[in-house]
Amino acid sequence: MAILINEETRVIVQGATGNQGKFHMLQMLAYGTQIVGGISPGKGGMKIENIPIYDTVLAAKEESEIDAACLFIPAPFAKDAAFEAIDAGIKLIIIITEHIPLNDGIDIIAFARQKGAKVLGPNTFGIVSSGKSKIGIPPNNFFIPGPIGVVARSGTLTYEIVGNLTDNKLGQSTVVGLGGDRVVGLSFVDVLEKFEADEDTEAIVLVGEIGGDQEESAANYIKNHMTKPVVAYIAGKSAPPGKRMGHAGAIIERGKGTYEGKVKALQMAGVSVANLPFEVPGLIRKVL
Amino acid sequence: MKLFEYMGKEILSDYGVRVPRGKVASSPGEAVKIASYLDSPVVIKSQILSGKRGKGGGIAFPSSIVETENESARILGSIVQGFIVDKLLVEEKIQIDRELYLAITVDSTSGKPLILASLHGGVDIEEVPDDYLVRYYIDPLIGLKSYDAREIARKLGLKDNIAKEMISLLQVLYKIFREKDAELLEINPLVVSGDSLVAADAKITIDDEALFRHPELPYVEEKTNAEKRAHDAGLSYVRLEGDIAVMANGAGITMGTLDTLEYFNGRPANFMDAGGGTGMAGTVEAIKILLDSDSKVILINIFGGITRCDDVANALVKVKNEIGIPVPVVIRLVGTNEEIGLKILEDNGFTAYKTMHEAAAQAVAIANR
Repeated sequence: MAILINEETRVIVQGATGNQGKFHMLQMLAYGTQIVGGISPGKGGMKIENIPIYDTVLAAKEESEIDAACLFIPAPFAKDAAFEAIDAGIKLIIIITEHIPLNDGIDIIAFARQKGAKVLGPNTFGIVSSGKSKIGIPPNNFFIPGPIGVVARSGTLTYEIVGNLTDNKLGQSTVVGLGGDRVVGLSFVDVLEKFEADEDTEAIVLVGEIGGDQEESAANYIKNHMTKPVVAYIAGKSAPPGKRMGHAGAIIERGKGTYEGKVKALQMAGVSVANLPFEVPGLIRKVL
Repeated sequence: MKLFEYMGKEILSDYGVRVPRGKVASSPGEAVKIASYLDSPVVIKSQILSGKRGKGGGIAFPSSIVETENESARILGSIVQGFIVDKLLVEEKIQIDRELYLAITVDSTSGKPLILASLHGGVDIEEVPDDYLVRYYIDPLIGLKSYDAREIARKLGLKDNIAKEMISLLQVLYKIFREKDAELLEINPLVVSGDSLVAADAKITIDDEALFRHPELPYVEEKTNAEKRAHDAGLSYVRLEGDIAVMANGAGITMGTLDTLEYFNGRPANFMDAGGGTGMAGTVEAIKILLDSDSKVILINIFGGITRCDDVANALVKVKNEIGIPVPVVIRLVGTNEEIGLKILEDNGFTAYKTMHEAAAQAVAIANR
């Protein structure tokens, strides 16, 4: 089953002829993802390893159904590209680009909601349904199929934790990156809801960080609606208030978004919270 | 990027928002000139990127030209809330009938612009009880329409001309907020002065990610030297208090590394995210910045995805050969091109660890030796 994407998900890559876009499109192809086209204005008609390149999203849509779009578009142009995909009726938009202006991010998310599209990101590593499909930038060899759902705000920390899970033979159903920006599309709650309903997922790892109130909302949801066990790791315990820790969203402002507040809320909801990333597999074994 | 009050007021004024008449001075002589020109009682306000200036002695209400000169001399060069004052805003003292609070910010939870307004302004907004605060969310695709503004004015309980002033002010402020890519636009206090509303202060923060499309805005440098060097090299750096210099790749794992150090009773000296496509040159610069922090040990934690282990190893060797590395380096290196990276380290006398917690524990042991 997995959530959000599987082996049948048809994907276009926007920004397919740039360095990053091309490299990762081919990595996704190698992973088994169904890439039905790349978008690159002015490059329509060419092919990259048999993947047709189109000038516009609608041109690609004339040739194939599209379930998801993955954006490798430079920040100044990302809003236009995201609107193009959403307006074309694509229902899952994965925005890898970082440093998108806040106002543009806000507009993208609002437009997606209006059109019933789901957004991962901006500033996400993407999503992987192990052994089925990968949309985004994580290295292909990190993931093995299994019963653990993972949802996270940060990329490399997720690799660290998934790496620990894989070393301990704990495979992953789907690994979802929400994105590190201040305003992002899907939230922890949206993804937890899907994991709760997914028959392939038996337990969930939530990788959070300081800033915002997503983890607190997740705790509330877990307490009231979830039957499956959740293990969490929250980064940023040592972060000083008022400083952005790399991610635009990772900042303690006006006493809100603290590590302590998040951990307390999660623990009250029955979630086991790991002190260190390598403790996660042990905690998962206990609850499985 | 935070703007100084006088810059914020210039923007407001450009859009037709009423602000007190005034000008910036960098010497007592200039302050006196401005005060004479204004020909009215004045207020002198230190221009620093911080609030609570009044409590810090950074605001004065001189009652004569002599006092204007003396107070300006006192404030200029003094330290207010940790900032050295090098500019003053000298402006006319306005009649204050009531002090309101008005701000536009972005609410991460809803992903929408949020208007915050209160009849109880003039104090730190944290101290205003929730009951006295009007919160109103704006749909960014529609914008703030006059009906939104009317509703906010009604909720505040404003009447007559002040209500009308508020309704047009809200629409102008929202326009500024969006057009200038502000992430915060705060007017506190917004003063009821007779029949009109006057912005007696202005706190505007521009979204750093949108600065590329605002060449018209002044540039305000808030970063320290090391932060600036890091930023120019595409790195994300925050100075902390401890003695273990840290570099990792990715915001989350860098935070995780700091947390792991503290778990083992170590004290990180900084946050340094050399993530994503930093590459060899950026990594070299990152290590050099770490060397400047006088730490007892350097901890490098790499779980390479996009980051290539051989790049990191080569960067470390390059710095060692170019300028030398006088402190011990503890490195954890796994991921893309791991074998090549480890070989380079070994050939150059570095030992690498397999896991993050082992490396962190070792770095703490060295620092606390």
